[in-house]
This record gives sequence, C-alpha cells and structure tokens, in this order.
Amino acid sequence: MLIAIASGKGGTGKTAVATALACALARTGLSVACLDCDVEAPNAHIFIQPDLVHRKPVEMLIPHVDANLCTGCGECAKVCQFHAVVVLGGKTLVFPELCHGCGSCTLVCPEGAIKEVPRVMGILEGGLSPDGINFGRGVLNVGEPMAVPVIAQLKKWRDLMDAEMVILDSPPGASCPVVESIRGANFVLMVTEPTPFGLHDLRQAYDLTRELDITAGVIINRDGIGNSDVEGYCREVGLPVLLRIPLEREIGEGLAQGKTLLEIHPEYEVTFRNLYTQIAEKIAQSAVIDGVQ
Amino acid sequence: MKLAISSHDGKFDTPISDRFGRCRQFVFVETETGNWQAKLNPASVTRGGAGAQVVQFLADNGVEATISGRYGPTALTALEAAGIQAYIATSGTPASLSEKFLANELAQVNTAKD
Repeated sequence: MLIAIASGKGGTGKTAVATALACALARTGLSVACLDCDVEAPNAHIFIQPDLVHRKPVEMLIPHVDANLCTGCGECAKVCQFHAVVVLGGKTLVFPELCHGCGSCTLVCPEGAIKEVPRVMGILEGGLSPDGINFGRGVLNVGEPMAVPVIAQLKKWRDLMDAEMVILDSPPGASCPVVESIRGANFVLMVTEPTPFGLHDLRQAYDLTRELDITAGVIINRDGIGNSDVEGYCREVGLPVLLRIPLEREIGEGLAQGKTLLEIHPEYEVTFRNLYTQIAEKIAQSAVIDGVQ
Repeated sequence: MKLAISSHDGKFDTPISDRFGRCRQFVFVETETGNWQAKLNPASVTRGGAGAQVVQFLADNGVEATISGRYGPTALTALEAAGIQAYIATSGTPASLSEKFLANELAQVNTAKD
C-alpha cells in the first residue's frame, strides 16, 4: 500500500506526519518504507535517522552532437519542444538544462549525428533506520530546474517500493513534482493548517487528487489557530478530517530538535495506528464505490 | 545590416521593451535603407527555453545585430554561436536607437561572458 503525504502549502507538517506514520507502522511489525520525494529540500532523514549506505546517481540521457557528421539541417531543433537544441550558423547547439530527455532529436537526425549521453542531475540515497524503516530519498543537484526525473527514479527503487507499507513524503505545491510524487498512490493524506493560507493551497491539492482520481483525507495541524473555514470546506466537498494535531509549544520545540511526534508524545503511536486504520477503511470504501459504478 | 530591436507594440517611434527573450515583438530595421517591419516574438509565450528559441528566430530572419535591455545566459551563448552582435539599451525608440547604432553610440555586450 502506498500512502502519499501532500499539502499544497509548505510548512504545514507533512514531514512530521509522514515520519510519525512510518514509525508507528514499523512498530506493528509491517515492512515499512519511507520515501522523501521533496528532492529540492529533503529533510525527513533528520527524523528517521537512517544509515544512508546505498547511493546511486540519477542520470538523464541528453543529446550529444557529432560536429563532423552534423549538416546543420535543423530537424533536431524543429522537433524539440523545449528549445534545448538549436541550430545557429550551421552549428547545432545543445542546452542540457533545458533538455527533458525525450530522445526525439536523436530519432529524427537523418545523419545519425546525435547520440545520447548520460547527464547526472541528482542522487538517490537509501538505508535502514534504527526502527527498521527502509528509507530512501532523492537529492536534486543545486541549480537543476527539473525535479521530476529524480522523483520518478526514486519511485522505481524496487527495494523500497516492495515494502508492505510505503509512506511517501511529497513536496509542497500542486505542480509536476507533486503529480509525479502522488501518482499511483492508494491514498493521499493532506496536511493543512486552519488558516486562509492553508485553505487556499488545500483546495489546489484536493483538486489535484480528484484529477488523478486518488482517495484523500485531511489532517488539520496547528489546530486552534485561524478559523473554521478549512473544516467548512472539507464538509462541503466531503473530505474526511482524519486527525487534528493541536498547536502546542511542546510539539514545536520537539520537532525543532529533530524529534518525531512519537518521541514527543508516545501516546501518538496509537493515534497514528488508528489513523492508518481509518485510511485503510477509506480505501476499502472507495474500492466498493468504484465497483458499484 | 539587419537589426532586431525588442519592442512591446511593434512600432517604430514608441519606447522599446528592455527584455530580450520574452519581449512581445521585434522591430527589424534594414540600416542601409531605413526600412522596418515588426514581427511577433514566438518565444514571448514559450514555457521554457525562451533564450534559445528567440535567437533561433532572429537567426532564421537573417538578423546580424540586436538591441535590447537585458540578455539571459542562454541567449548570450546562443547569440555568440549565431554570430549576432548584442547591444544594450534600456530606453529609446527603434527610430532613435537605429540612429545611435549607426553613429556607433551603443555599448556592445561581450557575448562570450556577460
């Protein structure tokens, strides 16, 4: 089962929730993997404390033009949707950071002058935590504009994805990196805060889950601040609020020290196990509804 | 010589656009005859890679020199490869700037490294 933690808004507590859920489930004896897909700023490892012994580079194939064979016909530039290949003054120029790695230029070149060469965009790192969580993360190289290939590679890591429970910490937002992260999930857990900012971005994230047809539920973090508009919205669209985490100084201080929610409040182990039970029920219900339709 | 000047509205006597890759239009000026014409910049609405696309567009139109306010790193690399000279101007009109160009009063960008 794949549960993705998303939010829309940044800083709502996705990583705190994802790591607490992973720890609580690992203690039940299930095989649990935790994937940090926030490859531009991965930090779940600070809570999980894995021994990151496995490393593999993330590569994308980009065109390399043999100037001796190239006639400057421009077919490659015409087919490139991202203007990563241009032909200027009879010379073919490649802009690697614009390339999406589709391979079209190589296919259309009538001279066979283009071959594909790997370009390293980031790295995958993985290893076991003291709790027995199989942890993996992607790290995008600084200055790289595209996070999606790194996330896609991370989600293909068999050792991680073969676990009984895969908890996936998504980046914030509602664009390509989030789509890549939550795609294929059985459930999306959206962590929000009860403020106009939380609500605004929750709407976007929820629209995305509907677009992708993934069952979703909400956790209200920092409960007690702001107003009740998030709750009103959830009622209106039929989004279940599965858990509320109060705004508490103890939690804030603990998280700032790198402690998981379970270390701060040991009783949260039961809370998060119950959360999982609710998620499993929601998934089962949606399967029944799908079956009826 | 054919000049390309970045423009908002494609007119000869209105202020230029100071953006190179994503300006709305280019005013092309034939310096020998003074004839001019405007064309929409296909890179103005592109999602990414405007710098490379705009230089391809100018090269396809036979441009030899360009005048704009700012050039991005991709554009500069492409301009150098295309052998198009890049000049800097943040204000003025295509009319006044083509005169300045002919009088050699505009600063040229070193396309190799900004």
